[in-house]
Amino acid sequence: MTPPDDPVEEHWVDPEIIRPYVVTRGRTRPAHGRFDLISMALAVGPLPGPDAGLDPEHLRILQLCREPKSVAEIAAHLNLPAGTIRVLLGDLFDRELVSAQEPQSEVDMRDVRMYRAVLDGLRSL
Amino acid sequence: MVFGRSERPRLPTAIKILIAGGFGAGKTTMVGAVSETRPLRTEEVLTDRGVGVDDISAVEAKRTTTVAMDFGRITLSNDYVLYLFGTPGQERFWFVWDELAEGALGAVILADTRRLADCFPSVDYFERRGTPFVVAVNCFEGAQTFELDEVRMALQLDPSIPIVMCDARKRDSSREVLITLVKHSARLRAEPVGT
Repeated sequence: MTPPDDPVEEHWVDPEIIRPYVVTRGRTRPAHGRFDLISMALAVGPLPGPDAGLDPEHLRILQLCREPKSVAEIAAHLNLPAGTIRVLLGDLFDRELVSAQEPQSEVDMRDVRMYRAVLDGLRSL
Repeated sequence: MVFGRSERPRLPTAIKILIAGGFGAGKTTMVGAVSETRPLRTEEVLTDRGVGVDDISAVEAKRTTTVAMDFGRITLSNDYVLYLFGTPGQERFWFVWDELAEGALGAVILADTRRLADCFPSVDYFERRGTPFVVAVNCFEGAQTFELDEVRMALQLDPSIPIVMCDARKRDSSREVLITLVKHSARLRAEPVGT
């Protein structure tokens, strides 16, 4: 049940492929921070006004992140690839408009309290 | 919510568990059954650097490939959020698995007894990586019921690896699978506090 290989097509470039690069002005890596799919972000402070020089996507991220959200969730809600969200989050992080976390360095897989907390949470679902 | 000057908003710790298995084994179904929202989808746009060489040898222009992953969120407490990621099913996307598996608490491998061989690659992958995993045999209606021992033998699973029956459509059943995994992972990796 493998899907057929993509044929080599001559076609107009799909705008959906272009949009992520337009949004980031061609950047593929964030200026700062190493965000993975479950890096959490939270907006800090009031929402900046229209004169702050932010793009609509930046503002949407800030609105979404009034509650802690992961890169994957932001990407899903904005319908943009995760890589694009990383770049935009880097911008916001630079301007101290979000606090963000790099989870791989945060979670200690030897921490018995973490396992207990996860089990308690699952049992109370 | 207003935070005082000295009061920093606290971010919860994010934990991830991977849901792996062959095509149609019920990965997205399980993600949806236990998550607090319908499964979400995130996409990574990859350039040909990471994509299998055989695909691009004939193409001069840089190509992009989009890999989609379904995932769900379970808010466990104010301090912990759990994310469940369905792994992309095609082998050529295994480099995406590497990023997903990095820092994961563990993996659930969903097995469909009608196509048991489909989960061999997942078992191999997580064994090689040393990622804790459990095997959950998804009991579809009308599916042939296997003895768990038979499945264990067929997959050549180490006796220490838990193998359970489940119904990936059911919240309670899927939750029990996750609990089995978390306990297994804790047995393998947790260290007592203060020793």
